[in-house]
Amino acid sequence: MLRQIFVAAVFVLGTAQPLLADNAVDPNADFKAFREYFTKRFPKVPLNDFVNGPYSMDEGLRNQWKSIEEFPPYEFAVEHGKERFAKPFKNGKTLGDCFPNKGIGIRQNYPYFDTKSGEVITLELALNQCLEANGEKPLDYSSQDMAALTAYMAFTSRGKPFDIKIPNDPRALAAYRSGEQYFYTRRGQLNFSCASCHVQNPGGHIRTEVLAPALGILNAMPIYRSTWENMGTITRRFRTCNSQVRGVPLPGQDVLYRNVEYYLSYMGNGLPISGPSARP
Amino acid sequence: MTGGGRIARGAMALAMLLAGAALTPPGAQADGQKLAFDRAKGNCLTCHEIKGGPAPGNLGPPLADMKARFPDRKELIAIISDETKRNPLTVMPPFKRNLILNDKEIEVIVDFLQTL
Repeated sequence: MLRQIFVAAVFVLGTAQPLLADNAVDPNADFKAFREYFTKRFPKVPLNDFVNGPYSMDEGLRNQWKSIEEFPPYEFAVEHGKERFAKPFKNGKTLGDCFPNKGIGIRQNYPYFDTKSGEVITLELALNQCLEANGEKPLDYSSQDMAALTAYMAFTSRGKPFDIKIPNDPRALAAYRSGEQYFYTRRGQLNFSCASCHVQNPGGHIRTEVLAPALGILNAMPIYRSTWENMGTITRRFRTCNSQVRGVPLPGQDVLYRNVEYYLSYMGNGLPISGPSARP
Repeated sequence: MTGGGRIARGAMALAMLLAGAALTPPGAQADGQKLAFDRAKGNCLTCHEIKGGPAPGNLGPPLADMKARFPDRKELIAIISDETKRNPLTVMPPFKRNLILNDKEIEVIVDFLQTL
């Protein structure tokens, strides 16, 4: 009950000054301001390295990561995802049939704004839409199966730069702005916004965990987290972050989550897809 | 009320006043530390280095030299209660406003902090 109160009282006080240009929605200007903030704050971090999250912030952690990557813990997920991707539905079609280029090397284009439906379509949503359109059961957005599929698709796009488009459509701009606002709004009993940790305190330690910078934070998804001992989708990470600030997690692929993913992915444009990745 | 009783109470009150100013009531330090280190309560180690606390975070300043830095305990109470009042950009949770700690718990934690 108390949690609902905190969430319902959506948080008047802003957190980090939103890295916005001015009141009109100007993703380009926001992009520049966002990028400049991180590159100025961390002049020694090569631009592409930001996608490595906490490893770009902490040398000791990076060395641990190098050892982990000798036997990448997400490999089994990529294998499983590849199999699942090719497995025919009852109607004979496969997941590849729903996607451009059979789903190979396209991850960097997601999310996109669908002008027909007027919504942001993320990769996770697109996969479930494909399943449902073909009479198959959709996957839980936090499931290992969903993570395996997005791991495989990310893997086929590794190295490709994020290429998120925001069409000059007021609905797309609204979705982008909604995601941006969600990102900067305080929530939960702990009163944190996403920006509290990932814009104000990248590289900071909460106990022994190192906070990742928001720049390029989705480039690495999905992740194998040692803490979880298994894979996590973008949905899973958003939901656990909500829980960790003692807020109420939204249902998987809620419009707000998709809008946040849209905003953050756009901010990562030009940076390489590094997913799937390992994290502590 | 007898005159003697009044004097005794007066003396006791004075003694308590002096005690409060100079000494922490016995057990308060242990309670305060317990509350401060409890993840469901103060959870202070997440962001602050505190003597006796393992693996601290560093988002906030180390909590050391507290009596000298915060001679007025009211300031510490205010910070713990709702630091956003003083600093709207803070990442410190508003422990009282968001019902994480009550007044008594904050007092006990401040007792502990002033021993650091």
